[in-house]
Amino acid sequence: MVVRQAFQAQLNELEQGIVALAVQVKDVIARAVAALAAMDADAGREIVAGDRAIDDREAYLERECLRLIALQQPVAGDLRAIGAALRILIDLERIADHASDIARTAVRLEGEALLGPLVEVPRMAELAQDMVARAVDAYVRRDEVAARALVAVDDEVDHLFSQVFGDLIVLMGQRPEAVRQGTHLLFVASHLERIADHATNLAEAVIYAVTGQRPELND
Amino acid sequence: MEYSAGEPRTSTTVGNVAEPNGRLSRQDRGGSVLGQVGGRAPAPNTAGAEVVLQAVDFHLHYPGMHALKGISLEVPASQITAVIGPSGCGKSTFLRSLNRMNDRIPGITTLGRVLFRGLDIYAPSVDPVALRRRIGMVFQRPVVFPMSIFENVAYGARIHRLDRTSAGMWARVERCLGDAGLWDEVKDRLRQPAGDLSGGQQQRLVIARALAVDPEVILLDEPTSAIDPVATGRIEDTLVRLAERFTIVIVTHNLQQAARVSQRTVFFLGGQLVEVGPTEEVFSRPRDQRTEAYLTGRFG
Repeated sequence: MVVRQAFQAQLNELEQGIVALAVQVKDVIARAVAALAAMDADAGREIVAGDRAIDDREAYLERECLRLIALQQPVAGDLRAIGAALRILIDLERIADHASDIARTAVRLEGEALLGPLVEVPRMAELAQDMVARAVDAYVRRDEVAARALVAVDDEVDHLFSQVFGDLIVLMGQRPEAVRQGTHLLFVASHLERIADHATNLAEAVIYAVTGQRPELND
Repeated sequence: MEYSAGEPRTSTTVGNVAEPNGRLSRQDRGGSVLGQVGGRAPAPNTAGAEVVLQAVDFHLHYPGMHALKGISLEVPASQITAVIGPSGCGKSTFLRSLNRMNDRIPGITTLGRVLFRGLDIYAPSVDPVALRRRIGMVFQRPVVFPMSIFENVAYGARIHRLDRTSAGMWARVERCLGDAGLWDEVKDRLRQPAGDLSGGQQQRLVIARALAVDPEVILLDEPTSAIDPVATGRIEDTLVRLAERFTIVIVTHNLQQAARVSQRTVFFLGGQLVEVGPTEEVFSRPRDQRTEAYLTGRFG
């Protein structure tokens, strides 16, 4: 006989809510970089406006976590899962903010043409999205191994960031008119690197939910 | 009847226990004030804490039922140890084994040992009445004597002749009611019947009564199950304060209570001790799957 069915159902609902939010956030990353690649300022504005909805959703899920704590007195694994959920929600919201800032760049560069290819930026974005999806998936499955595997992806993002940084510096050195855009793109690359770091925090939260230990995966 | 007050004075124990200060022998009950109560420095929850009570591979059989299966447990001094587990797991049986309250149930057999300060309390020479003065017990439903509040507290102390003067007894009653967190509420009506008190007050009176005979250990069996939440909170505060000077073991089916008040938590299941550890760890990272299932209420 399964007891605490109502509680279990609410836990499941919370997790599904987090998964849905992660899908949204992943989508925002993709659309933000696409808007930038296409220099689509309207798409950029739309994304920035949509950040509010993500914040509201995160706030709602956070309240759900606190409600569960107050009303169900979770302990042990349940408590760690909810503690991890709170951590994940905060990091998802930060990721969405970074994605929104990337979209803002498309707005700021409105009317301009991209001076050079975005080089490795789209690849960074792809990896960042992948990390978000895999981290939340690891949370739902309480898969510590899958969570730890994300460290390697973060390392790859860091590596790409160094490359992008170097390429943009060279570009700006060669073409002074590219400095303004180049600087904006540096920030975009930096936002993606930060997104990957936040996704590593998601992985840490998963490990905490499973083991109760707090590893330091970002170095 | 909760402890020694109503016990027959005669005993079938033979001889004196070979124990450093002879405290558990029959002679004690008529003797002078014994030693100091709870004067030990509070021990933090460290590995070096003094062990006051210890079960060593303890078994107990009711007729036809193996109720306790090889329990080994150390109870550290000056702490609250909570014993949790589902109905019928043996936690109350175990608690009663710590001061031989199970002696009163016909057909019980025990194996193994329970050591109180290194002495096996089931040794033939031990007087259970003297034992229960030093290891007191509080039950789920407070049973106050049909006498005044003052007399309830003084009764056991009188039987054990713990104070020879009226002033001494008054001081004792005041101290114990204060320790039990009841003094302010009853100080102006000590001569009134104890039966007039509320349930929560009666339970604190019972605690004061247990304290009045200078115990070292207080065992509580679901002491607040029949008490309202506010009174429960007061009793919990009382226990936390008392733990500085006494060793407390509390059986509770209220997991939040165990989490709130105890430093160590013991989980029983089917007559076995499944897990024991610091409360914080048992409640956040239990080692045994069965403990996790019970704590999270996934127990069918």
